[in-house]
Amino acid sequence: MTSVPHRTAKKLGLVIDLDICVGCHACAVACKEWNSGGHMAPLTDENPYGADPLGVWFNRVHTYEAGVGGNSRTVHFPRSCLHCEKPACVEVCPTGASYKRAEDGIVLVNEDLCIGCKLCSWACPYGAREYDYDSGTMKKCTLCVDRIYNENLEEAERVPACVSACPVSARHFGDLGDPNSDISELVREREGYDLMPEMGFKPVNKYLPPRPRRNKVGDTGAPAALDSAAPLSATHGAETSSNPLLRWVDRALSR
Amino acid sequence: MHPALSVIIFTSVTGAGYGLLGLMCALAAFGILPGNRLFGLAGFVLSFGAIATGLIASTFHLGHPGRAWRALSQWRSSWLSREAVLSILTFGPSLWLAKGWILDGADPAAAPWRWYGLATAALSLLTVISTAMIYASLKPVPRWRHPLVMPAYLLLGLATGGLWLNVLLHGFGLAIDDLAGAVTVALLLAWLVKIAYWYSIDRAPGRYTAEHATGLWSQGSVRQLEAPHVQDNYLLREMGYQIARRHAGRLRRLALLAGLGGPIVLTIAAALLPRWGAFALSVPAAGLAIAGVLVERWLFFAEAKHVVTLFYGAERA
Ligand code: SF4
Ligand code: SF4
Repeated sequence: MTSVPHRTAKKLGLVIDLDICVGCHACAVACKEWNSGGHMAPLTDENPYGADPLGVWFNRVHTYEAGVGGNSRTVHFPRSCLHCEKPACVEVCPTGASYKRAEDGIVLVNEDLCIGCKLCSWACPYGAREYDYDSGTMKKCTLCVDRIYNENLEEAERVPACVSACPVSARHFGDLGDPNSDISELVREREGYDLMPEMGFKPVNKYLPPRPRRNKVGDTGAPAALDSAAPLSATHGAETSSNPLLRWVDRALSR
Repeated sequence: MHPALSVIIFTSVTGAGYGLLGLMCALAAFGILPGNRLFGLAGFVLSFGAIATGLIASTFHLGHPGRAWRALSQWRSSWLSREAVLSILTFGPSLWLAKGWILDGADPAAAPWRWYGLATAALSLLTVISTAMIYASLKPVPRWRHPLVMPAYLLLGLATGGLWLNVLLHGFGLAIDDLAGAVTVALLLAWLVKIAYWYSIDRAPGRYTAEHATGLWSQGSVRQLEAPHVQDNYLLREMGYQIARRHAGRLRRLALLAGLGGPIVLTIAAALLPRWGAFALSVPAAGLAIAGVLVERWLFFAEAKHVVTLFYGAERA
């Protein structure tokens, strides 16, 4: 049914750590690999070795530069379905193909009901849904519903493919509806946030913000006295140094 | 947003079809239109023809047109489903009225036929409103979730439908001067709403930014360093469509010329001519108006920006 359950027993989801993601795209590739044979298979590729390939992926890793000058940083930003509590995609679906499971909150598409109207992909602000031109149906992240309950896998492997593939453990899986779960704890501790909360869709997945930048020399264990000698901030240039020698060094080095 | 021809034809042609059907049935119910059998036949054929053309065009947008009937099930939450249900419900009273009017030669202004006429008119309006709401309810496309979107759909549907009604009246030598005047006013009003909409979207820079979308505003400004993929994906094909401002301006003028200027001049000229001359001018008036709405609908898609583009380097949406 399109009608969204008021409450779900669990709120399974991911917590993505933007501080440590290294942008290797391993999660995206592992996702593609697993799901090519999974619940929503196939993830069709068109013209895969041609000049203009096109394919369905559930997970995309963006790379941004945030901030300016010495305070800027590179942020790798994996983007996949957030399994919203109030999923607009489910509400707009005219057929009931898109649904949210009452037991664990996973948002899925029933490929046998989908008419391929694409409205759900328009309704999602997060770009979580990709249309398969070949099957004529909409596809999306299943939170690896065919792994997390899969008794043929080792217990440790019963997590989404992206979570198990990430080499730096930037992705965490668990029940965000349980305030005592490890990942709820992590979200609290690191002040995890929602994407575009103003849309009102209440995403379950959370993002952990990059930790404050360690610009001070002392932050790296060097003597704090060296701080003014090594201005890391572009806004904190030679003019702000009172020592004429350091000013000269800075000018010479900035040439 | 990518302007898909099937959806453009769907919204504009069904809009005119329901406009014509609703106006004809309402005016007949009030006894303003003559209960002429042949006139009724022509009116129902034209309006049902337009509605069917539009609905069939819409199925070309679907990956599985054969399953389209499933879209009738989720009317509780989905405007697309409501649109589908209402468009079919409208056939109930309208087909019954058509039978009475054309086959039985009944007077559409007499009970019970007038009630079928009024029900048809109400359902036609609701269908056009729900078509508009499919778009106007989408939060990720701020230029669609705009208070003038629904009024523009409704007024353009009524005005283009009214122009076709005018064609029929001239063809049967039954022209009502007041009706031609009212249609002209409706057309003017519809395009004024559209001009106000364009004015408003040109002045609103877009509420959302990349900082919003990524939630990284706390880190300062956000710029895309590397996209996740070098070639297009579905999202960029569907939502990444962008039209140059210069082209948009040209197309807006074209839409106004075809949709407003031409039809008004021709409708007024038609009112001054004898029957067949008037008929000869009213046809291009109605045809031009549809062409204008097609251009307007194309722009409605092409000028709309989806917030997902913010993840891909768009500055505002
Ligand atoms: S594309 Fe399929 S899942 Fe999406 S709204 Fe349409 S019918 Fe529902
Ligand atoms: S696998 Fe982990 S580190 Fe690599 S892109 Fe994905 S989240 Fe980031």
